Amino acid sequence: MSATSTGRTPATRKKKRLYAVLAGLTMLGVAAALVLTAFEDNIVFFYSPTDITQKDLRPGQTVRLGGLVEADSVKKADDGVTTEFVITDTNKTISVRYAGLLPDLFREGQGVVTQGTLGSDGIFLASEVLAKHDENYMPKEVADALKKSGNWKETEK
Amino acid sequence: MIAEIGHFALMLALVVALVQSILPMAGAARGNHSWMATAAPSAIVQFLCTAVAFGCLLYSFSVSDFTVINVAQNSNSLQPMIYKVSSTWGNHEGSMVLWVLILALFGGMVAMFGGNLPPTLKARTLSVQSMVAFGFLLFILATSNPFERLNPPPIDGRDLNPLLQDIGLALHPPMLYVGYVGFSISFSFAIAALIEGKVDAAWARWVRPWTLLAWIFLTAGILLGSWWAYYELGWGGWWYWDPVENASFMPWLVGTALLHSAIVVEKRDALKTWTILLAILTFSLSLIGTFLVRSGVLTSVHAFATDPERGVFILALLVIAIGGSLALYAWRAPALKGGGLFAPISREGSLILNNLLLTTACATVFIGTLYPLLLDAMTGDKISVGPPFFNATFVPLMIPLIIALGFGPMLSWKRSDLKGVVQRLQFALVVAAVVTAIAAYITWGRSIFGAIGLGLSGWLAASVLIEFGSRIGIGRASAGDVLRRAVGLPRAAWGMMLAHLGFAVLAAGATGASVWQDEAIQSIKPGDSITIANYEFTLRNVDNVRGPNYVAQRGVFTVKEDGTLVATLAPERRRYLVQGTDTTESAIYSNGIADLYAVLGEPQGQGRWIAKVYFKPLVPWIWLGGTIMVLGGIVSLTDRRLRVGAPTRKQAPTPASAPAPAE
Repeated sequence: MSATSTGRTPATRKKKRLYAVLAGLTMLGVAAALVLTAFEDNIVFFYSPTDITQKDLRPGQTVRLGGLVEADSVKKADDGVTTEFVITDTNKTISVRYAGLLPDLFREGQGVVTQGTLGSDGIFLASEVLAKHDENYMPKEVADALKKSGNWKETEK
Repeated sequence: MIAEIGHFALMLALVVALVQSILPMAGAARGNHSWMATAAPSAIVQFLCTAVAFGCLLYSFSVSDFTVINVAQNSNSLQPMIYKVSSTWGNHEGSMVLWVLILALFGGMVAMFGGNLPPTLKARTLSVQSMVAFGFLLFILATSNPFERLNPPPIDGRDLNPLLQDIGLALHPPMLYVGYVGFSISFSFAIAALIEGKVDAAWARWVRPWTLLAWIFLTAGILLGSWWAYYELGWGGWWYWDPVENASFMPWLVGTALLHSAIVVEKRDALKTWTILLAILTFSLSLIGTFLVRSGVLTSVHAFATDPERGVFILALLVIAIGGSLALYAWRAPALKGGGLFAPISREGSLILNNLLLTTACATVFIGTLYPLLLDAMTGDKISVGPPFFNATFVPLMIPLIIALGFGPMLSWKRSDLKGVVQRLQFALVVAAVVTAIAAYITWGRSIFGAIGLGLSGWLAASVLIEFGSRIGIGRASAGDVLRRAVGLPRAAWGMMLAHLGFAVLAAGATGASVWQDEAIQSIKPGDSITIANYEFTLRNVDNVRGPNYVAQRGVFTVKEDGTLVATLAPERRRYLVQGTDTTESAIYSNGIADLYAVLGEPQGQGRWIAKVYFKPLVPWIWLGGTIMVLGGIVSLTDRRLRVGAPTRKQAPTPASAPAPAE
């Protein structure tokens, strides 16, 4: 390092640190702004059928709906691709319509989580049926929702 | 008998770890050389003990010894040998043994190859490493003994989770762990340096190869996991921003920042406290990742443990390790001396920008991953934070990173001239503009982000090549001279070029994957076709086939482009007999630029099947780019500077690192 810069050390060092701190703060500000706006638009709430009938959803609001697939409720539409089934928390039920491949672990009587929007006709249009690959296949959210409605049996898992 | 030997070896390792945690540390504090000298042999013994334990477990799995509970629950005699072996770490207990094995491996390697380390630094580093090992060995022995016996033994085992019976996932955990856990050694070096109160260029040179080694494996492990998700889960995605994926990605982001800031410490003796902090944070994020995936707070294929006792134990380890190291940092870091000065526009400045962007990106991933857990714990509200959140936060931070990455390596140390650099990069700007224009033309009306993403990738690739070209004198020297210079260039320079180029390729692949894919889903019978993006997928027939421990239906598709056959795809639906679970095996044809991807869905009756087909342009580049990055790391690791260049620590500060107030 040259003699001149050594001579200017204290001021330059402070200045240098000021730049670094300013850059850091700017970055934090940008990140905070990004996170906050992203949270505003992109958080998806999880509801059970009981919850969803009580909540006022904005039209078109994306939510997750989870529960058990009701026995004998799975039907294929004529196009062969669309599936309709009923999700229940043993308290309330919601019909779900989904066009796509069902995950490998999708079964009647088992837990499932779907993501989509509630139509004005009360049918839930799922854009995704989620396969969380827990080996017992009981999504945590569904287990908690069932516990809340008092229908959780330990044997169910 | 073998299982008992393994159990005993683990206990021995625990005792050795305890001694190694205390004696060398005390020796270093009191200047007792014989105590310090115990560090290296005990690190090697600790490694041998854990290796014996792991070997015994491996043996029990490979011979299907179902008297061991762990084997009975996670393996089956019908599994092919490779999956019997990979079952060893395909469960909670076994994966924790692998964890401590790798901790001990890194300790052992430092003991073996760290001959040129100053004795006190070596003793303290190995001691800290051993403290971490002690905590995890205690965890295994107290809550997760893999060698527990079962009486009477079952006739056959419960089989490994079928989704894990795949070559990608057989290799993914060991790779990922070497990376994840390998950062422990950077952590130990950082803690040792804090205790010593000294960080200098020599320290950075010792730490960098270990960090780089861990980074190489972590990158490879994440890539393997992503590749597995792509072809095994059958959803056609390569990255889901799943909390479990994020758990391994966060240490990668901060570890990458650490790699870069260590360069500044080495070359310019600056950014010391920041580098120490990054080393602590990287391993802390590895620990948090372990907690997230192992405690059962997340539901996923990785969550083996749902035993709350284990979760609490890991949480306690986490609090002690992270809390303790940060407290030590707060206390000791101000004592470290600051180093070289530099202007904002300089190589140092660009590396700071790199660090700020990477750590900020990590912070957004951290918030998106942990906020749902926190909200659930505090209010009981259940939310999920999915890809849209990360696309809105993480991606915008990558754009300035890529732009700056084009300039960074061209800037000189201390003070640089941005105008001159821009001039030298004019050609890269042209490339970026041309690529953007072509991409926009091809994809008109689809998404503007595709053109921007590819333009940025073009910019980065071009500027990396310009920088490398000017180093070896292309355009200035004769061909023979250029070749000589290229051969003589430090391996680290080659490594940097490859890693940055790989990043450009990966960014292009990620862009293509997210904005340009075509897909169709239809119910078809043999003879029917689905056409997407000029490709005609025809289902020929569906056969029943039998594997070692499953039965399957295999559909055969032919794919034609303008009437000529380009590929035959054979996706399967498998049923694994022992657990009665179904899996989907997708079939992929790749020509290096785009993938054709087919999945066979459920049978519909009357000979009809649901089929889903995709056209995925640029997706192969994701793995190609990642592989180039790994290659860059490996090349850089062979740099002679990292092997022989750092034998001695400078005794007195040279005039260059003039006395200066604390940074």
